[in-house]
Amino acid sequence: MGSLRSLTVSQQIGLLFVAIFGLLILASVAAFYRSLKEMTPEQSALHHRLVLDLRAVWIGTVLFWISWALGAAVATLLFAVVSFLALREFITLTHTRRADHRALLAVFFVVLPLQYVLAAGRAFNLFSVFIPVYAFAALPILAALGNDATRFLERTAKIQWGTMVCVYGMSHAPALLLLSFPRYEERGAFLVLYIVIVVAVAQIAHELAARRLRRRPIARHINRNLSWRTWLVSALAGGIVGGLLYWITPFKPPQSFLIAFIAAGCAILGDLVMKAMKRDAGVRQGGKGSVTGAVGLLDRVAPMCFAAPVFFHSVRWYFGA
Amino acid sequence: MTRPEAVGLALSFLARLITGAQGHWYGCPPKAEQRIYFANHQSHFDWVLIWASLPRDLRAQTRPIAARDYWTATKLKHWITREVFNAVYVSRVRTDDEDPLEPLAEALRNGDSLVIFPEGTRGHKGDPAAFKAGLFHLAEQFPDVQLIPTWIDNVQRVMPKGEVVPVPILCSVTFGAPMQVAAGEEKRTFLTRARDAVVALRSVAA
Repeated sequence: MGSLRSLTVSQQIGLLFVAIFGLLILASVAAFYRSLKEMTPEQSALHHRLVLDLRAVWIGTVLFWISWALGAAVATLLFAVVSFLALREFITLTHTRRADHRALLAVFFVVLPLQYVLAAGRAFNLFSVFIPVYAFAALPILAALGNDATRFLERTAKIQWGTMVCVYGMSHAPALLLLSFPRYEERGAFLVLYIVIVVAVAQIAHELAARRLRRRPIARHINRNLSWRTWLVSALAGGIVGGLLYWITPFKPPQSFLIAFIAAGCAILGDLVMKAMKRDAGVRQGGKGSVTGAVGLLDRVAPMCFAAPVFFHSVRWYFGA
Repeated sequence: MTRPEAVGLALSFLARLITGAQGHWYGCPPKAEQRIYFANHQSHFDWVLIWASLPRDLRAQTRPIAARDYWTATKLKHWITREVFNAVYVSRVRTDDEDPLEPLAEALRNGDSLVIFPEGTRGHKGDPAAFKAGLFHLAEQFPDVQLIPTWIDNVQRVMPKGEVVPVPILCSVTFGAPMQVAAGEEKRTFLTRARDAVVALRSVAA
């Protein structure tokens, strides 16, 4: 690893991309080869899920590559668009009423852009409190002005929660890009890639572990596949990969392992929360949604939305950045 | 590309960004045949949504109906409905010597497809109101034109009556199987049947 450190930043990034795209190509070829063989329905369902995961990693990596090539502003914009699409899907799934119209407009067209502008401007103090404090106060006011008390708390809580996950959570990914550490300039992009990889590895490890380890589920009514054992396996997998990737981060190997472990653990539990949310909204497990194509993106980004803020704030606190 | 085409593309991009505008071709494929799409009507956004969910080459020959007094009132409204959407204008004030369906019949004779909202006005949520007779008369007059029932899902949440700015929420447009007036069918029975065909698509959309 010593020789790697002596390379310039852009050489290191270039090398990293070559390695990742190489791995992805290998994985895709393997998945394709596997699809040629006969499979039991159960195996083919698992295979299908893995292919979807793989596709998500492909898309994520390509997006990341584009954003690295075009700079932090473009990356922030890309994440803002993803945030917008995820929030759109979330709001589709929740039962809002006419009186929420103004509050929803405010979320989509004021809060969301402002949050990303704050991230792009590195105003991290305001960035951290803008949604939990200011939007938290403003949204129920707008909803109350709509003059409809039917299920008021439920409606406002849902909008608030969606904003928190889809906008606040997601916006921490580009914020990582812009966070500057002592002796770690220009390499924020690495941190984003790091968290993306850790989260993706944890998810894939979880799919695989759930297949092998049949244990008592933690929450049978929400996700039958998740047990403490599988959670631990996937968090460890994320942690180990994170530990191995320490050289692209400002951390030492043990720190890197610990931080990746926390982020991966958060991601898996965040996925559980999103599953519970979707269950509540009437979306069948693994199947097509009850509403209008509202499937997919939210599941993909939920782990990231949960892991990124925890990661961001623990890093920031630890390094005082 | 001409300016109306560019504006059309921009509008359909916007509609897709806000609603997804997914077209589900459940009962018929998207083909360049002459058709009348008839749909439930909940919002001003309905037409744009149907239009955006059509493939691009079908958009040019599929025309909406616009009230002449409202949509020609300002230059901008007139330009958009005339140049971008190629709307068929009808007048809402009824005169004795004029058939209100004549402009529609004219368009159908030209070989264009139409999108109509047979409820006549935007309904509140829930079931669509009873259909007006215009659909029946057109169907009788043009037996060769396919009648496609269409269900627009979720759009009342995007832009409720009285609001101007749409909220981004996913919507879908489901196109059902073509239907026709049966030989000797009563007006009332046909209109009920047509309405049921639209409502039946709701469970398909879900």
